[in-house]
Order: sequence, then structure tokens, then C-alpha cells
Amino acid sequence: MSNGVWIIAEQREGKLKKVSFELLTIGRKLASKIGEPLAAILLGYEVEKLAETLDGYGADKIFVCDDEALKNYSNEGYTKVIVDLAKAHQPSILLGGATAQGKDLLPRVAARMQTGLASDCVGLEINQEGHLVAKRPMYAGKVLVDAITPEARPQMAALRPNVLEVEKTDEPKKAEIEKVKVEVKPDDLRAVIKEVVKTAGEKVDLIEGLVIVFGGRGMKSGENFKILEELASALGEGVAVGASRSAVDSGFAPHDIQVGQTGKVVNPTLYIACGISGAIQHLAGMRTSKCIVAINKDPEAPIFQVADYGIVADLFTAVPLLTEEIKKLKEQD
Amino acid sequence: MNIVVCMKQVPDTETKIKINPEGRGIVTEGIKYVMNPYDEYAVEEALKLKEKFGGTVTIVCMGPSRATEAIRTALAMGADDAIHLNDPAFEGSDSVTTAKILAKAIRDLKYDLILAGKQAVDFDCSQVFACLAEILDLPYASVVTGLEVEEDQKSATVKRETEGGIQEIIEINLPAVIAAQKGLNEPRYASLPGIMKAKKKPIKEMNLAALGMDANEVGEEGSKLKTMNYSLPPERKAGKKIEGEPKEIVAQLVTLLHVEAKLV
Ligand SMILES: Cc1cc2nc3c(=O)[nH]c(=O)nc-3n(C[C@H](O)[C@H](O)[C@H](O)COP(=O)(O)OP(=O)(O)OC[C@H]3O[C@@H](n4cnc5c(N)ncnc54)[C@H](O)[C@@H]3O)c2cc1C
Ligand SMILES: Nc1ncnc2c1ncn2[C@@H]1O[C@H](COP(=O)(O)O)[C@@H](O)[C@H]1O
Repeated sequence: MSNGVWIIAEQREGKLKKVSFELLTIGRKLASKIGEPLAAILLGYEVEKLAETLDGYGADKIFVCDDEALKNYSNEGYTKVIVDLAKAHQPSILLGGATAQGKDLLPRVAARMQTGLASDCVGLEINQEGHLVAKRPMYAGKVLVDAITPEARPQMAALRPNVLEVEKTDEPKKAEIEKVKVEVKPDDLRAVIKEVVKTAGEKVDLIEGLVIVFGGRGMKSGENFKILEELASALGEGVAVGASRSAVDSGFAPHDIQVGQTGKVVNPTLYIACGISGAIQHLAGMRTSKCIVAINKDPEAPIFQVADYGIVADLFTAVPLLTEEIKKLKEQD
Repeated sequence: MNIVVCMKQVPDTETKIKINPEGRGIVTEGIKYVMNPYDEYAVEEALKLKEKFGGTVTIVCMGPSRATEAIRTALAMGADDAIHLNDPAFEGSDSVTTAKILAKAIRDLKYDLILAGKQAVDFDCSQVFACLAEILDLPYASVVTGLEVEEDQKSATVKRETEGGIQEIIEINLPAVIAAQKGLNEPRYASLPGIMKAKKKPIKEMNLAALGMDANEVGEEGSKLKTMNYSLPPERKAGKKIEGEPKEIVAQLVTLLHVEAKLV
């Protein structure tokens, strides 16, 4: 079988998610290793123009599935379109993002294709037999394993966002754009989005955040999270704010910004913990951060065992100081 | 309203994990096992719906004999009965195969709703609820933090968490599979009378033969996804701990982040 490496591009409200480009970057490497073409699938409504944005990252082909029935994401509608296409073209590898949407969608696709799916992968390679080897964490990141699907096709994997860097190619745009006829009728869908609600909680997508400022129970109140917001905005645009479970359970922060074993898994380049002890369940959600800064008044706090830079101080003094220093530094630049 | 809850027993989240000598699994000795935390929300939600609409709550659990303990916990919380899918042949099943096995047992039950967790915190796959729905040809919603079943019990409105502070409100036809996220409810503790009653509640054990399946359809052999080469992630080393006058140490930190780490 030599029918290509496929990636599912993800967009929300007409904006491509960064993971789509991460998928193209790794997809290109896998495709050249096995000597097969790279294709992207784009689904949604009035998304044709996004195909151009996707071009230039190595895709030979972009399938554009544009239809009003796909305007809102639904696992039934999207699965049907993807599976119909995959059955017709038989790709050897099918990748998606381990995002809220990808995690909801990919297992249904895998079950319908009767194949294997490696969840939440942190590395993808081709082995000597030409099989996809998906490296993935289990037990909240306490163990890494290799998952392979030797026989069934496509070999499926969900890639955790922020693990790989996006690389653009120098080649001119070259992708052939193929418009796909969508055979989904709204009446076929047994679960439909009625409303999309934006909560005040998470402003910047946590799992895409390159810098995240965190508050724990040491923050003492939800009100005090303001000093973290200030630090976040001093650090720049796109800096997210997150929380530990104790902070969430104490009502300081909404659940959708909780990080850890029973929250989200994040992978930023810079993670700043303020008033977080560093419990094993919290570490599960952030241990792969590239640089960990911890501010805690207890020099024995376990978070210091994993922190690249540990600041032993009262956060209510240290955080505002840090915000000032960062502002000063940015003004100099 | 008859509800099925899929529940798995997993190592306690505090557990330190060691890899076995073959590198294809973990050392299970000394591990404390508990009900998967997300499945607690599923059980709780089922009990609340039963309180409102009447009906039954049936636990379906695939796992070795030790899983009986987690099943008893669910029964002590208030579930009515349980099916324990227990056969050495099931071991090593991937998510799709696990869902196939669960589906075999669930197919013959009378149910209006299936509840599951959004993820089992051992293998962290987050797949079984979706595969189960696919096999049973049902709709599903995952990462659910709110569930409102309509009076006629033919549909429900669910709230699901996505990312960037965005929540989706979904209308879903029943029967459906709903995968619970933290925030859905506060799971109750089993009461003492609950624990006493649970001892008498029926647990139906079913093995491969009872399900009418073949050994080559299940376990590692029957699974498309093979998992191997267990390894421990690289240890994170403690870096610099900076103590002293707040103003000085913060300035020092900013310099380090700027010059050494080049992150600000
Ligand atoms: C099944 C299960 C799942 C869990 N899942 C998660 C999860 O997903 N995410 C998660 O985070 N936790 C999770 N936990 C909880 C976890 O075990 C810890 O309880 C939690 O992470 C502790 O949060 P914390 O560090 O904010 O609070 P604490 O442990 O109370 O720590 C507060 C810290 O703040 C410091 N502090 C206080 N005041 C100040 C100050 N003025 N200046 C500086 N420092 C100060 C203290 O020294 C202390 O170290 C889970 C637990 C279980 C049992
Ligand atoms: N062996 C099992 N027995 C019963 N339910 C399971 C089993 N494995 C997974 N589930 C259900 O599926 C959910 C998601 O699991 P997973 O896809 O393994 O992360 C769990 O929270 C359970 O509700």
C-alpha cells in the first residue's frame, strides 16, 4: 500500500489550529521516509481559503470538505467524511491532533476503520519494517511506550500539540486542491451543537500556550489571580493562565484551566508555578514543560525538585516584582 | 431509566510505577487499585438520574478478579448490579477490542443511557467510550461537565468542555454514550449501610465463552494496536534554587530567563 500520509487539519471558527502545521511538519518527514505523498484533509464550512494557508508546508494534496453540514464540528459528521475518503484512497498513515476535537473524533474514526489509534503521542517515527512507531505516555506520563499497528490500515495517531516545532518548506506552494463532495445530511446527526459558550475562564488556549503562568492554593483567593493575569500580560500576547486542582477545588479558578492528571496536559516552553506544591498528579500535566519556574515560600516544596529555576519567596511579593522586572526588560528591547 | 456505567479499576494516582523486566508492562505487586476517578463521576451521575427517573444502574467492568473491589465500591455507592468481564484472554486488549468486549455484554441489556469516564488514568487512551458508541451505533459526547435528560428521556442536553474557555452545548438523542469529565458532579462516598447492602448485590461474572467470543478476537492477538518498549521518561533534575532578598532573587531570575534560557 502506498497511498500516503494524511493529516487532519483542524480549524475553529475559520482559524487553523497550530497543531495542523505541526502535523504537516511531522507528516512530511514520515512521508519522505516511506516514499509516499502527504495529504491534508480540511473540514468545515467556507474554509476553502484556509487551504492556501495550509499549502507550503509540504502537502502534495489538500482535500477540502466544505459544506454547511460541517459548519459545527460533530463526531458523526466528521467521521463519515473522513472514513469515506480514507476508504476510497487507503492512506497508510492518518494523523490528527490530540486536541479537544481530535480526542473526540479520532477514536470513532479508528473504530469504524477497524484499526489502531495511538492517543496523545509525543513522538512519531518509522521503524525498519516501515511501520509507524508512536511514542506515547501512559500512567500520567510516568511511563513511555511505543505503539504500533503492524497490520491494519491506516495506522492512526493523535499528536499532542506543542511537542514539535513547525517548519515551513522552501518549496513554492504546490498542493493540488481537491474539493470533496460531502454526503452528510443534518438529519443524520444524532448529536448537534446548539450553542457555543465562551466562559471567562480560559482566554488563551492552554494546550497551545507557549508560556503559562500557574496559580495554586497558595494564591489564597480567586481575586488574587489578578496578579497572575498581570504577569501573563507583561510576558506578552498569548500567555495563558492555569491552575492546580486545589486552586480549582477551592473555587479560585474554573475547572477548564486545571492542569494535571484530572485536568489538561500542557507542554509550554515556559511554565511558571506560583504557590503550587508540586503533587504527583499536578506534575503529570506539566512535567514535559521545557523550562519550569517555581515560586514558593516553602523551600522543601516538591515542585523545587523539578524546577529549573526555584524562587523561595512569598508569591505576593515576588510575582508583582517579577511583573515589574519583565516590563522593564521589554521596554529596553 | 436504565443506565449502564462502564467502570475500570486502575492504579491509584499516587502510585510510583515500575517497569517489569520484560519491558512490556508494569510491576503490579504492591499497587493499590481504585475506581478510575472519571468513572466515579459516571457512577454518581447515573445514581442521580436514577433518583430522578427511577430505573436501574448496572456496572459493566472488564478486568481481572481484583476489580471486584472497585465493583463493590460502585454497588456500595448505590448501583443495583454488575457484570464483571473477567478472563485472562482479555488482557492486553487495545481500546477498540475493549469496546468490542464491553459491547458484547451491553448489547443484550435494556438501556437508555451509557455512562463512562472520559479517560482511564492507567493507559490514558481516552477512546473506549467512542469506540463503544461506534460499535453499538450510538451517538456520544465526551468531556461532559453537564447533563440534563429531558422528561421524555428521549434526548438530553450536555455541556462539553473544549479548549480556550469554549464550551459546547449539545443536544443528543438517547440512547447515547456520555463520557464524564471532572466538574460533572461531586461523587458521593459509600455509606456504611451502602457497603453492607453491596455485599448482597449480584455480580454476574462473564468470561470469553459466556460472551460467545473467540480467543483470537480479544487480548493482544485480537488487537490492532500493539504496545511495547516500556521506558521511564528522562528524570527532571532540580535546577537552581534561588534564595535571598525578594527583589534581588527576582532580578536574578529575570536575568537567567533572559540570558541563559532566552525565554523572555
Ligand atoms: C485522583 C486525583 C487526581 C488529581 N488530579 C489533579 C490534577 O489534575 N491537577 C492537580 O493540580 N492536582 C490534582 N490532584 C491533587 C493533588 O494531589 C494536589 O492536592 C494538588 O495538586 C495540590 O495543589 P496545590 O499545589 O495548589 O496546593 P497545596 O498542595 O496546598 O500547595 C500550596 C503551595 O503553596 C505554597 N504557598 C502558600 N502560600 C504561599 C505564598 N504566599 N507564597 C508562596 N507560596 C505559597 C505552599 O508552600 C504550598 O507548597 C489530584 C488528586 C487526586 C487524588
Ligand atoms: N476495562 C474496562 N472496563 C469497563 N470500562 C472501561 C474499561 N476500559 C475503559 N472503560 C471505560 O472507558 C472510559 C475511557 O477509557 P480509556 O479509553 O481506556 O481511557 C473509562 O473511563 C471507562 O468508563
